[in-house]
Amino acid sequence: MTDLNKLGLAEARDLLRRGETTSQELTQACLTAIEGAGPLNAFVHHTPELALERARAADARLKSDKDAPAMCGMPIGIKDLFCTKGVPSQAGSRILEGFVPEYESTVSQNLADAGAVMLGKLNMDEFAMGSSNETSIYGNAVNPWRRGNDETALTPGGSSGGSAAAVAADLCLAATGTDTGGSIRQPAAFTGTVGIKPTYGRCSRWGVVAFASSLDQAGPMTKSVRDAAIMLETMCSFDPKDSTSADLPVPNFEAALTGDMRGKKIGIPKEYRMDGMPDEIEKLWAEGTAMLKGAGAEIVDISLPHTKYALPAYYVIAPAEASSNLARYDGVRYGHRAKMDAGDGITEMYEKTRAEGFGPEVQRRVMIGTYVLSAGFYDAYYNRARRVRALIKKDFDDVFAAGVDCILTPATPSAAFGLGEMVDADPIQMYLNDVFTVTVNLAGLPGIAVPTGTDKNGLPLGLQLIGRPWEEADLLSSAYALEREAGFVAKADKWW
Amino acid sequence: MSIDESTAARVAKLARIKVEPDALPALAQEFNTILGFIEQLGEVNVDGVEPMTSVTPQTLRRRADVVNDGDQQAAVLRNAPDAREGFFAVPKVVE
Repeated sequence: MTDLNKLGLAEARDLLRRGETTSQELTQACLTAIEGAGPLNAFVHHTPELALERARAADARLKSDKDAPAMCGMPIGIKDLFCTKGVPSQAGSRILEGFVPEYESTVSQNLADAGAVMLGKLNMDEFAMGSSNETSIYGNAVNPWRRGNDETALTPGGSSGGSAAAVAADLCLAATGTDTGGSIRQPAAFTGTVGIKPTYGRCSRWGVVAFASSLDQAGPMTKSVRDAAIMLETMCSFDPKDSTSADLPVPNFEAALTGDMRGKKIGIPKEYRMDGMPDEIEKLWAEGTAMLKGAGAEIVDISLPHTKYALPAYYVIAPAEASSNLARYDGVRYGHRAKMDAGDGITEMYEKTRAEGFGPEVQRRVMIGTYVLSAGFYDAYYNRARRVRALIKKDFDDVFAAGVDCILTPATPSAAFGLGEMVDADPIQMYLNDVFTVTVNLAGLPGIAVPTGTDKNGLPLGLQLIGRPWEEADLLSSAYALEREAGFVAKADKWW
Repeated sequence: MSIDESTAARVAKLARIKVEPDALPALAQEFNTILGFIEQLGEVNVDGVEPMTSVTPQTLRRRADVVNDGDQQAAVLRNAPDAREGFFAVPKVVE
């Protein structure tokens, strides 16, 4: 069989169960695809031998166990933010150069326990801070999609840019991502793939390099909603090692995919109709609304009045938490330590190490965070942002209390932009990429990006569905209906 | 609120990030751009609103007060840039 790397998880699982292929064949197909995809710069640490070893073990398990988990034998990529035992885990940063964890993150352990096969580690923005994968120490990941015949290299989005590029280019069947302000959903939308951020607390954060602990969540990036359901179920678990992990049963998400929208209420928030929003995005949103209506849902206009303040609140809270989390990178216990000059003491060691080890965007955010937490400004900035955050969450609570099941919004304000195009823009312009996604992190809600159309250049565009807390199953089913109605099947033409 | 070079230098010091003096004006400018964006939060009426401490209603769990891990000195030190005789090595801290 050819092109096994092009399969999704559900198809590959069904073939494996029927004995029509093997994990080793699937894995080899992906490894070959990865070898031929250097220009995408998606995989940054390659583990082919480990992959084939795990594939052999998965094949043995599939042979002996008729009830092997759905993820058994599935070749996947793991974002570099996840600590993987014995495999470099750098979070895209120079400061973690050479760091080889002695432990495995709970999420990647859950996947490994289910028999999934790690192909390697995926490119990302440094410490997940970025929306274009341009802050990575590994260099840019490149979107497999292009504007028609225009050879301009486009961003796959960020921070999970390598994950998005790898899934879109069929270098793996699926990948893990993480999402602090939109880092799963924006890259998914930029690459025509599906990405879900679950409710805060669903996936353990243990062993995931921390950016902003009250916002960070892991999630799958896949080729279909069904695949997202399958992989998310494996990634979720109650974990005593993460004090914010939810002690709740994990439903069978795939079994919930009925796509039945009858009796469901879909909210359309008026505040997401931004000034200067491109007509294409407006049209995509209207089409998505019509699709869900056609599938039987009731459409209601809703208001989330504090939406406008989500990004500014985020750019206080996330840097504040980052400045605290990243204090651990001091050149003492792991990673990079600067060369010291005669007379340098420990303070110089810290300062030089962090200046050399952190890139400009990470330095900027750590310092902003330091400032908003500093004496005299803590109340004016940090506490005020946390109060606004409470109001943003209340906006959602009110809407859900009024009977809304899901909220439909655009996923991004535009299609993928060119790498380097934002270089001269001020940081705020880049931050605006997350304008539709960041509210969801602040409110701790589940959100999913589904590809539903293309722009005038043929680039994929996605819509976002936002669900009630802990109701990923219902959210996935609505996303499944949207995917079915949209019928988006386009793939990037191979140029790499 | 406008940030000048000396404030930028102080923030860099607090963050333990070495910033060369000639980079301070640009850094201060960037801070001002971002803080200008954040200033919008001043428009929101937050009277009587408690700062959010947890996005989902939860209290921190307690675990049993027992030793359940440890004795992993080699693993703990394996990634250290400089480890000697079972310790992390750093420049002299105390005169």
